[in-house]
Amino acid sequence: MSATTAGAAPAPRRSGSLARERRWALIGAYVALAVFVVFFMLPPFHMLITSLKGSAEIADQTGNPWMVRSPTLENYRDLLTAGNYLTFFWNSVMVTACVVVISMVVSTLAAFALARMRFWGSQTLATGVFLTYLVPETLLFIPLFQIVGSLGLINNVWAMVLIYPTLTVPFCTWIMIGYFASIPKELDEAALIDGASHLQMLWKIFIPVALPGILAAMIFAFTVSWAAFIYPMAYLVSTDQMVLTVGIVSDLIRADTFQWGKIMAGALMAALPPLLVYAFLMDYYIAGLTAGATKG
Amino acid sequence: MAQVTLRKVVKAYEGDVQAVKGIDLDIADHEFVVLVGPSGCGKSTTLRMIAGLEEITSGEIAIGGEVVNDVPPRDRDIAMVFQNYALYPHMSVFDNMAFGLKLRHFDKAEIKRRVDEAARILDIVPLLARKPKALSGGQRQRVAMGRAIVRNPKVFLFDEPLSNLDAKLRVQMRTEIKKVHQTVRTTTIYVTHDQVEAMTLADRVVVMNHGVIEQVGPPQELYHCPATRFVAGFIGSPGMNFIPARLENGAGALRLHLPGDIVLPVPADRTGRYGAHAGRPVLLGLRPEHLTESRNTDRPNVAPFPATPEVVEPMGMETLVHFRIDGAEICGRIDPAVPAEPGRPLPMAADLNHMHLIETESGRVL
Ligand SMILES: Nc1ncnc2c1ncn2[C@@H]1O[C@H](COP(=O)(O)OP(=O)(O)OP(=O)(O)O)[C@@H](O)[C@H]1O
Ligand SMILES: [Mg+2]
Repeated sequence: MSATTAGAAPAPRRSGSLARERRWALIGAYVALAVFVVFFMLPPFHMLITSLKGSAEIADQTGNPWMVRSPTLENYRDLLTAGNYLTFFWNSVMVTACVVVISMVVSTLAAFALARMRFWGSQTLATGVFLTYLVPETLLFIPLFQIVGSLGLINNVWAMVLIYPTLTVPFCTWIMIGYFASIPKELDEAALIDGASHLQMLWKIFIPVALPGILAAMIFAFTVSWAAFIYPMAYLVSTDQMVLTVGIVSDLIRADTFQWGKIMAGALMAALPPLLVYAFLMDYYIAGLTAGATKG
Repeated sequence: MAQVTLRKVVKAYEGDVQAVKGIDLDIADHEFVVLVGPSGCGKSTTLRMIAGLEEITSGEIAIGGEVVNDVPPRDRDIAMVFQNYALYPHMSVFDNMAFGLKLRHFDKAEIKRRVDEAARILDIVPLLARKPKALSGGQRQRVAMGRAIVRNPKVFLFDEPLSNLDAKLRVQMRTEIKKVHQTVRTTTIYVTHDQVEAMTLADRVVVMNHGVIEQVGPPQELYHCPATRFVAGFIGSPGMNFIPARLENGAGALRLHLPGDIVLPVPADRTGRYGAHAGRPVLLGLRPEHLTESRNTDRPNVAPFPATPEVVEPMGMETLVHFRIDGAEICGRIDPAVPAEPGRPLPMAADLNHMHLIETESGRVL
């Protein structure tokens, strides 16, 4: 106490300058964020405006691209009632759901084994898993075409369920190895002594404790699968097999007629599920992060 | 409840590091045994081998008469308390304690009964709904013990359970552990590097050094009759003084010649024991409490001992004086009423009834 009273005289000045510093830091942060938001929100905004215009207004050269004169929902209505948009959407949902489940099951088990069960070559294997992730899909889709072809899965949406995990599993495994490795060894030893089998240890200890990492991996798998473009572009041909990303461009662009209004509306609606997933998972993700889950 | 037996247990890590070099140990039912020794001596390794967390390289471990070499930890019916508590961070205190019982398919009512009982013993009833992160270190320690108690196992294993606590709490929890053991009477093996903890808790202390057992015995026996120089120096605080000396035989009586022309008579009843070593260099071992201010010098075998303190440490109920004999640091304990100050000669007395002689090369106490 005496120390604080002795130092009391200069304290107000310092706290004053601290408050001022804090204010400047805040202003700086707001300015930077504002620039950032404007920069990144302009394209979606443009999409939204365009999606609300009729084709006549879009084609009208005199119109302002940032304003809509006579807003209409016809693009949305057309997409949802006629054409193949709903098929694409359903295919995307199905593929993504399957891919997320497969990726999480495979990579959780793989990460658990690689992080905790010392076996011959486990280190090399862990590195190897990650290295496969470094081969770009722009190279991979050519040899994969042969494999998919030999399986008779060309132009079959289920091929995507088989292919996307080659992108998601290595990265998800890598993320989760990191999270699992940060769990203190004594925790599994305590669980072992308490009578848990390895699977029970994984299910009852590792997964709950490493939940933030698992959610991060899940978000990654979801994003990769939802936004994948090259593979469906290369392997899917008929409209009933297409997913959103390629469906929109192939169905709504006929030769050189671009149905801009519908393209924008379709893309915006396609962006909705990721938005919802992020909003929903982020809460848990951050809650998990701040809980300091790995501290015994 | 069960006895634990170790037969020629060896643990070698890759690269030919022998952490445990063939130890034999018999632990009786209900016994509280403390493994103590300096860092790296293989205490934790021994404990973890008993727990089944570490495979044994050779030898045999039996719990309750049954050899458990190849039995996994969960089937050994043991419970372990770790240094960093290792509570499950996502579970409440109740669930932490109930986890082992749930995995063993106890029914709900029985789980609740056992957890409540353990919580009552450990005085953590109000904490049952909390998560570990909302607990203090001492409370976490109690929960970790609770997790062991509810299982009602054959053996408790503790690995330095108190070393993350502050000094005061450590003393308090030490008493707590002793109380719990007196209540539940489960065979307990407790690892620590703190000899005070070992002395206060143990029925028997096992002193380890470099992967071997130096001596096993009740605390008092280790204190008064150490078998090796290592045990003599390790047990007791402040530690035993070691003074290089020469044993000489003169006219039927043995004498110790210390550096600085100090000559001490060896008690007559030890002549037979030490006689064969006459003429050889030895170490005189003498505990600080047997090196006091000059008093009782008329008693047999209490010899005057000249000293000039370099440091004087008043402890309240006693005063420690530190001085040197030929480079060897010596500590004595004197009555706080005796005026002592650094640099002023202080006549002291050595109580040779409690002396130890140590063979210099082998470190064996003669
Ligand atoms: N996994 C391992 N690989 C190789 N050597 C090891 C391994 N674990 C322990 N050791 C070695 O075995 C010896 C005994 O270790 P142990 O953990 O049993 O010591 P300890 O007596 O518990 O010490 P402390 O008081 O520091 O905990 C040490 O020398 C240590 O370096
Ligand atoms: Mg240890």
